[in-house]
Amino acid sequence: MKMFEAAQSSESVSGPPSRIDYVVDRTFRGLAKLGAWMILAIVAALVLEVGRKAVPAITEYHLGFLTSTTWDANKDQFGILPEIWGTLYSSLLALIIGGFFGVIMAIFLTQDFLPPRLASIFRTIVELLAAIPSVVYGLWGIFVVIPAIRPVADWLHETLGWLPFFGTTLSGPGMLPAALVLAIMVLPTIAAVSQDALRLVPFRIKEAAYGLGATRWEAILKVMLPTASTGIFGALVLGFGRALGETMALAMLVGNSNQISLSLFAPANTLAALLALNFPEAGETEVKVLMYAALVLMLITLAVNVAGTAIMTMTTQQWVKRK
Amino acid sequence: MNALLAASANAAGSPQDAPLVVIDCKLDRIFYGDFLAVRDSHVPIEKGRITGFIGPSGCGKSTVLRSLNRMNDLVRGFRFDGHVRFHGQNVYASDVDPVVVRRYIGMVFQQPNPFAMSIYDNVAFGLRLNRFKGDMDEKVEHALRRAALWDEVKDKLKNSGLSLSGGQQQRLCIARAIATEPSVVLMDEPCSALDPIATRKIEELMLELKQKYTIALVTHNMQQATRVADRTAFFSVDISKGGRTGYLVELGDTKQIFEDPKEELTKQYISGEFS
Repeated sequence: MKMFEAAQSSESVSGPPSRIDYVVDRTFRGLAKLGAWMILAIVAALVLEVGRKAVPAITEYHLGFLTSTTWDANKDQFGILPEIWGTLYSSLLALIIGGFFGVIMAIFLTQDFLPPRLASIFRTIVELLAAIPSVVYGLWGIFVVIPAIRPVADWLHETLGWLPFFGTTLSGPGMLPAALVLAIMVLPTIAAVSQDALRLVPFRIKEAAYGLGATRWEAILKVMLPTASTGIFGALVLGFGRALGETMALAMLVGNSNQISLSLFAPANTLAALLALNFPEAGETEVKVLMYAALVLMLITLAVNVAGTAIMTMTTQQWVKRK
Repeated sequence: MNALLAASANAAGSPQDAPLVVIDCKLDRIFYGDFLAVRDSHVPIEKGRITGFIGPSGCGKSTVLRSLNRMNDLVRGFRFDGHVRFHGQNVYASDVDPVVVRRYIGMVFQQPNPFAMSIYDNVAFGLRLNRFKGDMDEKVEHALRRAALWDEVKDKLKNSGLSLSGGQQQRLCIARAIATEPSVVLMDEPCSALDPIATRKIEELMLELKQKYTIALVTHNMQQATRVADRTAFFSVDISKGGRTGYLVELGDTKQIFEDPKEELTKQYISGEFS
């Protein structure tokens, strides 16, 4: 490590890093690399292990498993179409409701509607929603949400019963209470990420809108939201991903009934709830089948996230070429 | 609000020889919270002329400019003593909506700030806000031509405004500001982020635009004021009482300010003794 000796003098403090410095540097780099690869390795191991355990069921039931609607462990008949439908339907409803309110909330908390201190209090409260355990949400759904929506549900069924959405009566647990609770559960994620996206819009863009004589709503709807749209879309994808995988609250609220119905009041089932409720008592064959179902759930979540990221990069590239 | 409209219409037919004061701005004190930012600044903006605001950093020239179309309303804690009258109508009157003021008094900012949408939509933005029903394409082309940008962008109007260079972006912002034909255009250091060639183009543009619009221009560059401004207002900073309060030192025809300044401070500033 003898270099630049000509630059050395008795007073000079400058010198090369010591051997220990290099060792520390290399160790740290190694650890960082290990951490990064570890994430990939864990995901790969998970998918592979679940996949491996699902292979017997895949060879036995093939793709018919995805399109068949009966689940009878005694007759060894298994199909998860109702669960796939229930997972997507409940998540989509939650995304519509939670997304709407989440984005509205993000606008409300970032666009100077409130004095800064009050806004930060509100923000903390919204974030606290994420800290509530999902079993508590489930209980709240059973004891508060279901009784509260029952009169509305009955009225809707009686007056608008010809619409498929209101085609059945609310017997207790069902799609609507599950979707409502799920909406509240995804709301903090959507609100928080949307707030970040809106806050990232430079002040000069806002100034430009107001400088042209835009009213507050024109500035928000025509400038702020479109500018932040990529980030808000990301928030919605994250929220949808969270809704797809949510288990406990849905297992308590969705009704666990293997049927496909557009009705908001009918009981249904989701993949996550099916897995959670059936594993404890599953026999050998059923475990293999449940592994197949778990694999399907993982693939759906993965597909949603990949599609979301792809759409985000495409729209970003289109508009923000120089930045 | 109708008073604003009527005033605007009356002004159009007034004689040119006696310069008409479009914006009468008398700002005795401007505060941000408890901070006294500007004091004693009376700057009448005259029709069909370019009024240049010069002075060292922190002298409040931008603050004064942004008070004219109520852009300071966006800043928390802003308040002031005095008045700003646009064609005789107090723009801070309780029944005047700042949105209406900004539709007649347009603004170009220091940093180019095009929206993340196409070049066409950027220029059409203000027209759509005003529910313009006529030939949108023609208006957009007209504004882009006036802003000396048309030839460079006519084949790529669908491209993002952000894909342009800095100087082009600023000219796009000028096109956006003048598309709705506001009566006054405020320019807050429009060339500070630009190279000399782009600056030159924008200065030519300002001289061209003053035939039709009244312009108030904040500039950090004294030479720019001598090149384009008809009237020049020199601001300075008063640090005597421990604060940093900007105030108007001298206002006059640009020639007089630069060749025969009345105030000692002005003389020092234009001779480059401080900046």
